[in-house]
Amino acid sequence: MHRARIRWHIAVFLAPAVLIYSAVMIFPLFNTLRLALYSKVDQERVFVGLQNFQTLFFDPIWSEQFWNALGNNFWFFIVHMLVQNPIGIALAAILSHPRLRFAALYRSAIFIPTIMSFVIVGFAWKLILSPIWGIAPSMLDAVGLKSLFAPWLGKEEYALTTLALISVWQFVGIPMMLIYAALLSIPEEILEAGEVDGITGASAFWKIKLPLILPSIGIISILTFVGNFNAFDLIYAAQGALAGPDFSTDILGTFMYRTFFGFQLQLGDPHMGSAIAGAMFAIILIGVCIYLFGIQTRMRRYQL
Amino acid sequence: MSQKSLILALMGSTLIATGALAQDATLTIESWRNDDLTLWQDKIIPAFEAKNPGIKVKFTPSAPAEYNAVLNSKLDAGSAGDLITCRPFDASLALYDSGRLAGLNDLEAMNNFSDVAKSAWTTDDGSVTFCVPMASVIHGFIYNKDAFDELGLSVPQTEDEFFAALDAIKEDGSYIPMAMGTNDQWEAATMGYNNIGPNYWKGEEGRNALISGEQKLTDPQWVAPYATLARWADYLGDGYEAQTYPDSQNIFTLGRAAIYPAGSWEISGFNAQADFEMGAFKPPVQKAGDTCYISDHTDIGIGMNAATDNPEAAKTFLSWVASPEFAEIFGNALPGFFPLSKAPVELQDPLAREFASWRGECESTIRSTYQILSRGTPNLENETWGASVAAIKGTATPEELGQKLQDGLASWYAPQQ
Repeated sequence: MHRARIRWHIAVFLAPAVLIYSAVMIFPLFNTLRLALYSKVDQERVFVGLQNFQTLFFDPIWSEQFWNALGNNFWFFIVHMLVQNPIGIALAAILSHPRLRFAALYRSAIFIPTIMSFVIVGFAWKLILSPIWGIAPSMLDAVGLKSLFAPWLGKEEYALTTLALISVWQFVGIPMMLIYAALLSIPEEILEAGEVDGITGASAFWKIKLPLILPSIGIISILTFVGNFNAFDLIYAAQGALAGPDFSTDILGTFMYRTFFGFQLQLGDPHMGSAIAGAMFAIILIGVCIYLFGIQTRMRRYQL
Repeated sequence: MSQKSLILALMGSTLIATGALAQDATLTIESWRNDDLTLWQDKIIPAFEAKNPGIKVKFTPSAPAEYNAVLNSKLDAGSAGDLITCRPFDASLALYDSGRLAGLNDLEAMNNFSDVAKSAWTTDDGSVTFCVPMASVIHGFIYNKDAFDELGLSVPQTEDEFFAALDAIKEDGSYIPMAMGTNDQWEAATMGYNNIGPNYWKGEEGRNALISGEQKLTDPQWVAPYATLARWADYLGDGYEAQTYPDSQNIFTLGRAAIYPAGSWEISGFNAQADFEMGAFKPPVQKAGDTCYISDHTDIGIGMNAATDNPEAAKTFLSWVASPEFAEIFGNALPGFFPLSKAPVELQDPLAREFASWRGECESTIRSTYQILSRGTPNLENETWGASVAAIKGTATPEELGQKLQDGLASWYAPQQ
């Protein structure tokens, strides 16, 4: 009779990660979701079921703010997808060109903003774009384009796009690095074989390299999606918790912060705040699921 | 050998120190004003201890942003100080309601204060006051005297004179007429709407009528200030939409702007930064001869921890805080934070004296949104920030703004429904 040995070492090796992850991620996540089902009535915490979500989605005061924040979040994401990722890919393609000089220098210079604090980035860009002391108006003036300058961060119609572009400036290094790594892993033989067949230069990029880096682009898209829908820091650092002007830069993160912790005379409401956090979690979950089951499984992979 | 004697000496001094403490009452003050630590240690506490031997006072401030949270957890743990510096309105009211702060109706020195001064620390029905008012800030306009002399302008008293002065400064072109931005939003409401507004809604009369539901935010006296704010936009310098609060302060203290819509808390900073002479004028009235109203906003109070071991000593200290002696020390050490007691205080700083002199000429009130009206969602104070900015930028008409604020307030505040 041969009894299967219990392999204790597996449990022992898993334990630290499982315990820490449960304590700092899983438990707070579920506790936040639980908190969203309660409300405070006369200093007592009472269970109210889905009433907070009903308020959030159907009470005009709350739903207007929620849809505004969600719409702004989508615009923030779209700007990143349309600007950050194509530029990142283009930069990676240029950097991986074998005859480019000082490639390492460019690579570091473009990547450095990524490691800077949001507070510094927000503050520096606020100064650059300041209509009073900023260098943006004087630089535009120097080339005779002063008329193009506007106080972008203070105008409802431009503020969100400006902040999205600042964020693109900060994070363009990440898709660049990921794509760069993917491009370097493409074997020379494939490119040489293509050259023999007359595929060189730009068409080599479109026909050989791009299909091979598509999985990396997919990963970058999903990272951008999750990052953007969890965004908060830059908006808070640059525009404050009220996400002005007139809530035009309000995203789910700032809306949640304001509700949860309160602001100025507004007292914090942890239960509604948790409901917003729950909605954010659901949106991100749905987005990731669409990607995982709808796109990633259908993507063609090539064996290199 | 030397180590041993050192230990003995330390133990001995500890014994002596604890012995001394056991005889006296020691009061600990909780506060968020860590900027004022030296003022308390060098001036206020010695002055009090000289008069009241046997009571020792310790001032233990925490960081402003953390104060409310730190204080609440200390109160829960029973380790909070005997005296508690009170934030105005709901934060302190919640402490009183939960039994953390003691009622102070039996404190005789409370008669030194007017009802407006006490409003920030009084229950909604007006029956109990739980903190001694310490200081308020007054709103008005600070102006560059050199610029006014250069352009031959006199201090405006009425709104017409005010806009005539702004026009003259704009015409001349060497100064930005008024230094204010809308980027941080609160200045537009605090230094704009609540600065000029009391002249329209007649101070306390309008504010109380709004709380009782007799007036509405759509009434002309509440809408008209937005129409006036809308006229400010022409005088606010290029790109004011992205101008932040520190930007405005710098523009003014660098001498690039002529008028600064101000709160009196700016005084000490401006005195240090500006190298030109400054003056102040109160919010202009609509017609010459109208009664003037100023926003004399209660900001700091001090109350007693209900669980203190030394209630008598704490009350002695609070009575002293309510006395003219404290008012004089405090008012002169912190120009721009004005003691609230009825007894007049001789202030040294000319700019602060100018601000304080309006109390004699005008009726005092506090910011309209602070008491009771900002308890619900949407929050009237935050909404007023947005509305004031929208008025200046012209993105909505004053009537639309009044309607929006009224709808928001009526959605949760029963007297307005």
